[in-house]
Amino acid sequence: MSHEPILELTGVTAGYGPFRALFDVSLSVPEGGAVALLGANGAGKTTVARVASGLVKPLEGSVDIAGREVTGKPTYHFARSGIVHAPEGRSVFSTFTVEENLALPFGRTFSRKGVPAALERAYEIFPQLGNRRKQIAGTLSGGEQRMLCLARALVESPKLLIADELSLGLAPIIVDQVYDLLEKIREAGTAVLVVEQHVGHALDLCDHVILLTHGEISWEGPSDEARHVVASTIFGSPGTE
Amino acid sequence: MLIAANVGEDVFRAVLQGTPPGAVFALIALGFVLTYKTSGVFNLAFGAQAYVSAAMYFKAKVEWEWPTFWAFFISVILLAPAIGLLLERIIFRHLRTAPAVAKLVVAIGLTVAIPALFELLAGFEAVAGQTPQGILPDGASVFYDPFGVYPWSRNELAQLLVAVTAMLLLGAMFRYSSIGLSMRAVVESPRLAELAGVNSNRVSSLAWGISSLFAGLSGVLIAPRFNTLAAPDFFNIMVVAIAAAAIGKLVSLPWAVVGGLGLGITISLFTTFLPRWSDDLSWLRPFQENLTPSLPFVVLFGIMVLWPGIRQSIDSTDPLSGVDPPPPGLASSARSKRLTNVTRVTAILIIGICAFWVFAKADVGWMFLVTQAVIMSTIFLSITVITGFAGQISLCQASFAAMGGFAVFQLADRWDIPVLLGALIGAAIAAAVGALLALPILRLGGVWFAIATLAFAFFFDSVMIKFSWVGGGDTSLLQGTRVDRPDMFGIDFNNDKSFLLLVIVVFIIASFLVVRVREGTVGRTLQALRGSEVAAESIGISPVRVRVTAFALSAAIAGLGGSLLTIQQENVNYAGNFAPFAGLFWTVLVVTLSARTVEGAVMAGVSFGLFERAVLRNVFQLSGKWRFVLFGLAASQYARHPEGILEYGKGRSFGRLDALLDRWDPRSSRSGDESSSESEEPTVDGDSAADVDGAKTGGTR
Repeated sequence: MSHEPILELTGVTAGYGPFRALFDVSLSVPEGGAVALLGANGAGKTTVARVASGLVKPLEGSVDIAGREVTGKPTYHFARSGIVHAPEGRSVFSTFTVEENLALPFGRTFSRKGVPAALERAYEIFPQLGNRRKQIAGTLSGGEQRMLCLARALVESPKLLIADELSLGLAPIIVDQVYDLLEKIREAGTAVLVVEQHVGHALDLCDHVILLTHGEISWEGPSDEARHVVASTIFGSPGTE
Repeated sequence: MLIAANVGEDVFRAVLQGTPPGAVFALIALGFVLTYKTSGVFNLAFGAQAYVSAAMYFKAKVEWEWPTFWAFFISVILLAPAIGLLLERIIFRHLRTAPAVAKLVVAIGLTVAIPALFELLAGFEAVAGQTPQGILPDGASVFYDPFGVYPWSRNELAQLLVAVTAMLLLGAMFRYSSIGLSMRAVVESPRLAELAGVNSNRVSSLAWGISSLFAGLSGVLIAPRFNTLAAPDFFNIMVVAIAAAAIGKLVSLPWAVVGGLGLGITISLFTTFLPRWSDDLSWLRPFQENLTPSLPFVVLFGIMVLWPGIRQSIDSTDPLSGVDPPPPGLASSARSKRLTNVTRVTAILIIGICAFWVFAKADVGWMFLVTQAVIMSTIFLSITVITGFAGQISLCQASFAAMGGFAVFQLADRWDIPVLLGALIGAAIAAAVGALLALPILRLGGVWFAIATLAFAFFFDSVMIKFSWVGGGDTSLLQGTRVDRPDMFGIDFNNDKSFLLLVIVVFIIASFLVVRVREGTVGRTLQALRGSEVAAESIGISPVRVRVTAFALSAAIAGLGGSLLTIQQENVNYAGNFAPFAGLFWTVLVVTLSARTVEGAVMAGVSFGLFERAVLRNVFQLSGKWRFVLFGLAASQYARHPEGILEYGKGRSFGRLDALLDRWDPRSSRSGDESSSESEEPTVDGDSAADVDGAKTGGTR
C-alpha cells in the first residue's frame, strides 16, 4: 500500500500513573489499510489503542494523524480528526437511550422531526438496535451493547476505526457478522486497527499484523506470514496466558 | 365536629399559602437537580453559592446604593457564573471521574468555605434586622386571588414564575438540544464523550456556568424571605430542597418542581388543619407541633430508606475508568525502625514541652482552648471510626454529641446524677440512637448515607431539641442554666488543670478503644466491606452487625465528647456547638487532615481549638473566619488524597527523613517496624492490601 499513513505512532512509551505499559512502540496504519494488533493478556494492546485515540497521553514519542502531529492533544481532537475508537467492554452511555447514544457524536440539534440519515444507516446495519431505539442502553444485553458501541463508532463515517476486542463476550455467529461488517467498512475505504485475541478473524481481515509482547513490538509483518509466529508467541511462550 | 363547614375555602387558602414557600423549595430543588444532572456533583454548596449572590446583591443595592439593574448584574450575571467557572476550572474538572463521595466531601468543604471567603473579601456581615430586598420594585406589594382569599406578594409571584419558566427552559435544553445531551454524556463518562468528539472541558464549564447562574438567581429571588442574610439559613433551605429533588430521583426537573410545591402546600395544609383537629384529638398534639417543621426531613429520610430505586440513580460507573492510574496507596508506607524511634522521641519531646507550657505557663484563655482541643479530639475520634474505618460520611455527629450534652444536663438537673455518670449515660443513649439509626440506613451507599444522616441531623435540630426531655423546650435549659463540674476522689474538677487532666485521660481511653477496634475483627471487616461489599459478602461477611457496631461506637464517642464539652462550658450551648452547620465543619476538618488515624483526630482537635488564636490571630493577625476558608478549600484535596493531607505529607516527609538518616548511617537496617504505635499507620500499602487482610479475617471467622 502506497498511501500516506492515517495514523503513525513513533517511539511511544506510555502507562498509567507509575506503571509503564508500552515501551518505544512505533507503528503506522496506512489510509484504507487494516492492521491487526495481537498479543497475550497484559501485552499492552489496549494501551496502544488508547494512545491512538488520545485517551492515554504518551510519556515519550509522538502520534501523528494524516501527517499532522497530535501528541498531547485532547481526546475529542482525535475524534474530530476522524479517529474513532470502539473501546473494549460495554462502552455505552448506560443511562442514555439507544438513539441518544447514536446521536451524541453529531453534536448538533437533535430534533424530533427526523433523526439524521446516518442513524437510519446504523439501524439498517444493526436492525436489532432499530427495534430498540427508545430503550435505555444499560438494559440491552451484552452483545447488543457491543453492537451499539460499534454502531456509534460507525455513524461518524470515520477515517480510522479502532476496534478493541470486538469479539469479547459475543456469540460466534454475531462475531462472524461483526467481522463481515468490518470487511465492508474496509472495502468502503475506512482504515481499521483491530485489537484482538480472537486471532483467526483478525488475520483474515487484516493485511498487516503487529505482535506485542510485554509492551514492546516483538514481530511485525504481513498477515499470511503471521500465523505460525502468532501461535508460538501468544500460545507457546512461557509466562503468557 | 372534626371538619369545619368552610373546609373547602380553608383548603384553597392553605394551597395558596403553601405555594410561595413551595416555589422557593422548587427553585432551589431545580438548581440542585440542574447541577447534579450537568456536573454529576451532589452540590451541597449550591446554597452557599445562592447566599453569596444574595449577599452581593444586598451589599451593592443597600450599602453601595447601586441601581437595581447594576446590583443584579454584578451579583447574578457576573459573580454567580464566575464562581461556578472558577470552581469547575480549579476543582471539579479534576474530579470528574472521582467517586461520588469524594465529590460530596469537596462540596461540603465548599459549603463551609465559600460564604466565609465572600464575607472576608467583601467585608459582609449579617446584621440583624437588615431585611434583604428583592429584585422587583415594590416586591412586597400584594395581589389577591380572584376570590380574595389569600394575598401573594410580587416577590412570591416572581419566584413561582421563574421556577416554572426555568423548568420549561431547562427541560427543553435537555430534551431538544445537543448541549443537554453532551452535558449528560460528560457526567456519565467524560472520556467516552470525548471519544464521540465532545469537548468535555467546555461542556463542563458551560454546565457549571449555567447552574451557578441559576444558583445566583435563586439566591436573590428567595432573599426577601429571610429577616437577615445568613449562610446557614440558605443551607437549611437547601436541605429541604434536596427532599423535593429526591422526589424526582435528583434527575427529573418537573418532579423537582412538583416536589417543592407539594412540600410547601403539604406543610401549609398541616399548619391549617392539625391545630384544629388536635383540639378534638389530643394524641395529635405532638404531631401538630413537630410534624410541620420536620416534614421535609422526614420525607427526605423516608425516600432514602424506603425507595430502593433512588439509590441506583447515582454512582453509575465510567466504563473507561481503567484509563485512570490506580489510586494512590496510603501515604504512610513501611518505615524503618530507626525512623520510628526518631519520630517517637520527637513526639514525646514535643508533647512534653507543650504539656509543660500548658500546665506551668498558660493563662485561663489558653487553658480553655487547650481543653477544648482535647475534647474536640475525642469527638473527632467518632469521625475516625465512621469515616476512617467504615468509609462512610456521617453528617449527624454533632447531633450525637448534643445528645451527650443534653443527657448530662437533664440527669444533673432532674435527678442530681453526677455529671461524669451522666456523661457515660449520654454516651450510651447516643450509642443506642446510633444503632437504631444505622439499621435502616446501613444499606445506603456513600452519598445517600451522608444525606440520610444529614436529614436526621436536621430532624434532631428542628424537632427533638424542643422536647422538654431533650433540649429543654420552653424551660430555661437552653438559656444559661449551669451544670457544675464534678468533684470526685477528692479532686475538684472546677480547677481547670484538673479538668484538663480528666479530659486527657478520657481521650487516651477513647483512642485506645479506637485503635483496638481498628486492629480487631471489626476494623478488618470494615476494611473488607469498604474495598468491595459484594466480594466481602461472597466470602461470608455480614455487613449488618459490623456496621451497626461501628456506627453505635462512633455515636457513643461523639456523645461522650459532647458531654465533656458541656461540662467544660458548664452549658450545652446547642446553637454554638452542635447545630448541623457546625457539624459540617467537623467533618471537613477531620476528613481533610486525616480520617484514618487517631493522630488525625488530634490534629483536627488542635486545629479546631487552637488554630484560630495561635496561628491566624497571633501570627497573621487574620480573622478567625479564615479557618473555614482554609480547611474548606483544603477539602478539595480529598479526591486526590483520601487518606488526608496530614497522612500524605507525613508519608512524603518520612520518605525524605529516612533517606537523610540513610546518608547519615548507611549501615543500619531498613526493615519495617512491626510494632507501630498509633501515630504510625499499619505497614500494608494501600487499600487493596488492607482489604485482602480484612477479607481473610472475615472469611475465617
